[in-house]
Amino acid sequence: MDSILIQILNGLDKGAAYALIALGLTLVFGTLGIVNFAHGAIFMLGAFCAVTFRKLLTLSVKVKDESVTMFAAYKDEPYLKIWFGDTGEAIIDYAVPLSILIAIPFMVLVGYAMERGLIRHFYKRAHADQILVTFGLAIVVQELIKASFGANPIPQAAPDIVAGSANVGLWFGLGESLVYPWWRLIYLCFSGVMIFAVFSFLQFTTYGMVVRAGMRDRETVGLLGINIQRRFTIVFAIAAVVAGTAGVMYTPILPPDYHMGMDFLVLSFVVVVVGGMGSLGGAVTAGFLLGIVQSFASMNEVKSIIPGIDQIIIYLVAVVILLTLPRGLMGRAGVMDD
Amino acid sequence: MKQRFLNDTNLLLVFSAAILLMPIWLSPLGAAYPDLLQKFAIYGIFAIGFNILFGLTGYLSFGHAAFLGVGSYAAVWSFKLFTMNVVPAVFFGVIFAGLLAFLIGYISLRRSGIYFSILTLAFAQMSYNLAYSVLTPITNGETGLQLTINDPRWIDSMYITVEEGLPSTNLFGLKMSGYPGFYFCAILLIVCFFISLRIFRSPFGLMLRGIKSNQNRMNYTGLNTKPYMLSAFVISGMFAGLAGSLLAVTDPLAGAERMQWTASGEVVLMTILGGVGTLIGPMLGAGLIKYFENIFSSFNKNLLHEVFSFLPDGVEDVVVQVVSLFVGGGWHLTLGLLFMIVVIFLPGGIVEGFQKFGGVFGYGKNKNSDSSPQNQAAE
Repeated sequence: MDSILIQILNGLDKGAAYALIALGLTLVFGTLGIVNFAHGAIFMLGAFCAVTFRKLLTLSVKVKDESVTMFAAYKDEPYLKIWFGDTGEAIIDYAVPLSILIAIPFMVLVGYAMERGLIRHFYKRAHADQILVTFGLAIVVQELIKASFGANPIPQAAPDIVAGSANVGLWFGLGESLVYPWWRLIYLCFSGVMIFAVFSFLQFTTYGMVVRAGMRDRETVGLLGINIQRRFTIVFAIAAVVAGTAGVMYTPILPPDYHMGMDFLVLSFVVVVVGGMGSLGGAVTAGFLLGIVQSFASMNEVKSIIPGIDQIIIYLVAVVILLTLPRGLMGRAGVMDD
Repeated sequence: MKQRFLNDTNLLLVFSAAILLMPIWLSPLGAAYPDLLQKFAIYGIFAIGFNILFGLTGYLSFGHAAFLGVGSYAAVWSFKLFTMNVVPAVFFGVIFAGLLAFLIGYISLRRSGIYFSILTLAFAQMSYNLAYSVLTPITNGETGLQLTINDPRWIDSMYITVEEGLPSTNLFGLKMSGYPGFYFCAILLIVCFFISLRIFRSPFGLMLRGIKSNQNRMNYTGLNTKPYMLSAFVISGMFAGLAGSLLAVTDPLAGAERMQWTASGEVVLMTILGGVGTLIGPMLGAGLIKYFENIFSSFNKNLLHEVFSFLPDGVEDVVVQVVSLFVGGGWHLTLGLLFMIVVIFLPGGIVEGFQKFGGVFGYGKNKNSDSSPQNQAAE
């Protein structure tokens, strides 16, 4: 029983990452009609925002430790600690959550620049061209990150206070054996909040309403005198923010390296297609669904029955869904129909 | 009308001459060593095969690496079990890749457009993941499949006395390394080019182009397009299998990373870079990418300092810093940039570039005018 619950949590966790990237992907596809293969790179850029922020915070100076007389007398002292004492140390401790603050403006900037600089010229081109050019962009971004941060994963610690595991079992009266890392729970809640925020933005604000109208019929909205292009650009920036902050929050779970974006992108693409191109709800549902399915398939009990199933289950599910449901789980009619 | 100089026969002759003389005319470019030449020929075959599917039908497969990998595995197993002769290895590579292509194609071709791409990607990733995990007895997992002294080699052991050490691949006694290996690949490449030429000019090829421009209309005329698509898919899978087995012929080991989706992406890059739907484009693209990969990645800082030594010291350091981003380990950056530039400014690839260039000087009509960028995808 416990192991099943753990697997569900694991699945939700993994699914949350897929869902957040897939949400951005399908948002961009629904509004601009662009198949963006560089979205994984945005996720990765977000993660490296956290890395950079921590590096900035821990800029150090060598300080002589008077109490030590032997070799290690010099040690690195971050400026922050020297200037602010304990407060400074606390800020460093909270580097990951705090880096969201710089990640958001940075991601808006990246999204805006990408849309205006490159994507804009590809609205009318074939999907194959869009895939290829964004794929090229993803390679470029990836290589730039590799050149400046190196090829190895850079581990990022979560704040100390949430470093351990939460006793999830006790909360629900299920016994003490059900424990789960705090940070993963926080990540899960964060994803929930992000998804909720995006949906309420689209559903409950006038701005979002116009965007939704534009997704349905861009021309008519344009004829009403609304600059729908501008709004779509902003939607692109929002998608970048969603992916970027997801990347920031994911760093304590998976140490970021330069190809993490690509690794997630392929799966997220499968998620988007399974959910139905252009359907936001579909992307989120499919993300969580595939995450849970994958974590169940990686249980030892399942693996002993069907060896290797954990490796292929996502693709297997995707194949079955694509062959039985032509538009994916929740695809709308008229979007990318064959 | 005046007969064009480059009719099909001449094109084939020029192509063959260019390929066979590569060791000569590539030596000023520093590319005339057998390893690289073999790669040119092998990836040329891969790209030409991919182009038969993508160029003619517009179906963008993201799973062709699976066939490359299966070709390699089949070839290495043929070396291990039967004989070090390359003919059976190539034969098995092509056959097994063809079978897998039939299987995957039969299912994937039920959909088109991006769904087809995702389906092929899914199958290729499944093969890759399985090769890494459960199929380890067949694929030897992460280590990769290699020859060992103790392999049975049933046919060889009947006729040939056992020598010391690992035997090398051969064509009836001719060792398949260095230049003989290159010429073996080159001749197969020319054969493949000829097949591709015949397909492009045949009614079958015309049918495939019809599917590309409007599949619905083809269906409305009462034609079942499925068998045509499937044959194109299988043919292109067999080309990939041939390329895979040749990789094993020139260097008898096979690893799962050949099946990863990045490898599929690479062949797409080659085809696009050269020119989709053109005869010669994929070969050009494959050659160019492999050339850059080998040449650029071999540059290092010392070499750069030599190259830029004519600059003043301060400037030199800066220039070397900047340039070193693009070469050596960072050559992928160059690849990505090159790729973006081609897609943005030259959607028809290098071949289109040549044609535009030729157009400036008033040379005739576009030869492959079907490579217009607008209708590349099958939607």
